[in-house]
Amino acid sequence: MLSNYEVFKLLTDLKEQRKDSGKNKHSTGQQNLNTIMYETLKYLSKTPCSRQSPEIIKEFLTTMMPHKLTKAEKLQLLNHRPQTAVEIQLMVEESEERLSEEQIEELIQTVADILPGDPEQENAAPADAEAEWEW
Amino acid sequence: MFVLVEMVDTVRIPPWNFQRQLNDAISEELNKKLANKVVYNVGLCLCLFDITKLEDSYIFPGDGASHTKVHFRYVVFHPFLDEILVGKIKYCSQEGVHVTMGFFDDILIPPESLQQPAKFDEAEQVWVWEYETDEGAHDLYMDQGEEIRFRVTDEIFLDMSPTGPTAATPDTPAQPGQSTAPPAEDSGQKKEAPYTLIGTICEPGLGLLSWWNS
Repeated sequence: MLSNYEVFKLLTDLKEQRKDSGKNKHSTGQQNLNTIMYETLKYLSKTPCSRQSPEIIKEFLTTMMPHKLTKAEKLQLLNHRPQTAVEIQLMVEESEERLSEEQIEELIQTVADILPGDPEQENAAPADAEAEWEW
Repeated sequence: MFVLVEMVDTVRIPPWNFQRQLNDAISEELNKKLANKVVYNVGLCLCLFDITKLEDSYIFPGDGASHTKVHFRYVVFHPFLDEILVGKIKYCSQEGVHVTMGFFDDILIPPESLQQPAKFDEAEQVWVWEYETDEGAHDLYMDQGEEIRFRVTDEIFLDMSPTGPTAATPDTPAQPGQSTAPPAEDSGQKKEAPYTLIGTICEPGLGLLSWWNS
């Protein structure tokens, strides 16, 4: 399974490569590749994966280890960056039985800390920012 | 959402591409063949990830092109069951809510999987969630272009391989002017999608993002 970030990086690199070589991307054969690349990049750039990096992902996975989540659950948390308990309950199966309320809060906090969020969204809610966030 | 699929195929490189590096020529041919196409029971292919093994290239009599058996990995869009995805509402119809993700369009949320109770507003052609609270019923409209979070419950692959010519139907007697094209009913048939996802939003947290972002 691939994370959204890996696909995003692959497509951005491929786009750079094709931009450099330049000559044949407009030929009819390549049109499908261009279309799918454009649409997928458009979709992924609006998701949290566009602001991630390999280090962030490694840090996220190491922090997630004690919670004993399955690979699919960690992947969904990484791809969606949930901010509420409801979202976590959707992505983690049987979350009421496996995680206590404080663990869910802790999970939300870790996700918010490690994975970079949408700068517009964060600027729009300055009143909710905790003291540590002021750089 | 995305998986890496290992595939094997024989790639034909035409002679006018012999001056290129073999890997580049093969990558281009594979992308030309598979990008943006649905492979039956696999998913929507996006782009080549890497080439794992190249076997020897052969030239066959009568064809000047080289044929190479290639083992490669391809990035495929194939969400797993129960995965949560975010898309945009394309339009609503009696069959349910049609959702699109930009690169993939055929996602349907049937009426039974909408937040209940839901009704279809014929005038505006939208599905509406009649949300009951103590204060009264709120009508939450599922408008076009709204972002929607849903869970994948099912996937349907249709085999689109070309079938033989359709058998003679009762209303095509031996009319001299008529070609062997299929009868008129076929041209009115809907185009079936090779890969359809069925989703649900019948859980807390699912549905329009604006419903849950307080």
